Amino acid sequence: MTASMTPDTTDIYSGGFADPAVASAHGFRAAMDVMARPGTWRSLTGARAPAGLSEAAATLLLTLCDPETGVYLAQDVDSAALRGWLTFHTGAPLVPATEADFAVGGWDALMPLDQFRIGCSQYPDRSATLVVELPERRAPNATLTGPGIKDSARLYLPDSAALQRNAMLYPLGVDLFFTSGADVAALPRSTQITQGG
Amino acid sequence: MSEYNFAYLDEQTKRMIRRAILKGLAIPGYQVPFASREMPMPYGWGTGGVQVSAAALTPDDTLKVIDQGADDTTNAVSIRKFFERTAGVATTEETERASIIQTRHRIPEAALREDQILVYQVPIPEPLRFLEPRETETRKMHSLEEYGLMHVKLYEDISQHGQIATSYAYPVKVEGRYVMDPSPIPKFDNPKLEMAAIQLFGAGREQRIYAVPPYTKVVSLDFEDYPFEATKADHACDLCAAADSYLDEVIMDDAGGRMFVCSDTDYCRSRRAAGHVGRLGSEAPLSTGPEAA
Repeated sequence: MTASMTPDTTDIYSGGFADPAVASAHGFRAAMDVMARPGTWRSLTGARAPAGLSEAAATLLLTLCDPETGVYLAQDVDSAALRGWLTFHTGAPLVPATEADFAVGGWDALMPLDQFRIGCSQYPDRSATLVVELPERRAPNATLTGPGIKDSARLYLPDSAALQRNAMLYPLGVDLFFTSGADVAALPRSTQITQGG
Repeated sequence: MSEYNFAYLDEQTKRMIRRAILKGLAIPGYQVPFASREMPMPYGWGTGGVQVSAAALTPDDTLKVIDQGADDTTNAVSIRKFFERTAGVATTEETERASIIQTRHRIPEAALREDQILVYQVPIPEPLRFLEPRETETRKMHSLEEYGLMHVKLYEDISQHGQIATSYAYPVKVEGRYVMDPSPIPKFDNPKLEMAAIQLFGAGREQRIYAVPPYTKVVSLDFEDYPFEATKADHACDLCAAADSYLDEVIMDDAGGRMFVCSDTDYCRSRRAAGHVGRLGSEAPLSTGPEAA
């Protein structure tokens, strides 16, 4: 870490889980629930990152990341404070997008989608999980069908065409969480997307 | 309680298992490798299911554990006690009241809800293993979607026995892609694999986790002229008279006496409590109710 990246130490040590085992158990249940039911939103709280990252995204990172997972911070969320916070609380190494297990940022900053690992045919699980920050929960613009969805579900997607291409790679592809404030939703690669609807 | 981390496993192990579960849900039916830990019980006693349950439990959960449908067998009792001690969670024998159900070789008779999770203990997760012993080959077969060998196996069943003789661990195709072992549940339970609850599968010795999200398409493999058939003993339960539940056959004496009883003990108990009486049954004594308050 270069001198200019020295974090503001007043921020980075706070905001972790008050009771790690219980908070991460609740965090995981919300994450599992939305991944198993694409298009549904759940509340996800417990962690506070330095300014620039939502509570849901911060909680997701503390729940799932550790020294075994490479994390990529897109330019719009990347800051010395966030790097310091993530390192202190999870020990996760910061890596380039192409090597990331988890990638965090706004949609535009994360693009292009095809720079992330999509797994290989024998190990499709070796793929990136994107945590996409949405500034607000907007009205749904896409219809979802597939595993986890009873008939159909509706969700706002930042770019349906790019995500349709991701779904066409199935069983390869990336999986996505959408975070907004204290809420989380998910879109696994298995979901079929119809624009509008 | 305080001697253990919540739910026994350390946090880094739980995170590793949780990441595997999320990838499993994103790729229904695909077996995700995971670094299975040694548990304080032998392989074959549900170490995979226990690790998945430990990673999924929160202190607010109510846990039910069944072994072949029964809440009161050694395996079920010991796992229930294990989580009472290490996670301090509430436990129940009532399917309806449980938020997480760990199961060995059965799906409860009562339809599960969206807010419930079913965790299966899996001995051999690879459906192709007895046809192809090499992991390198079966992994290739899954990646190429090459499942002809499984159909040959079912065909040989028909040519030798006149019907598909596979009666448990009956292979299914998940969402039109992966062939999956539903664990050794009777094929009677296969139609229930399309359910509202989240289904998680853990194989401890074989170090695999896989999952089926709610409402996922799960099709039992068959042929047009030999369609899949969910079978059970052609009797009604001798205790509760249920004609629609999976039955255990119990030998009563040396003279060939036998009875058939529901394998799902909670289903049978609740039916008897509701006044149903089978051929050999009597009014249910109230003392056999669930132990948990």
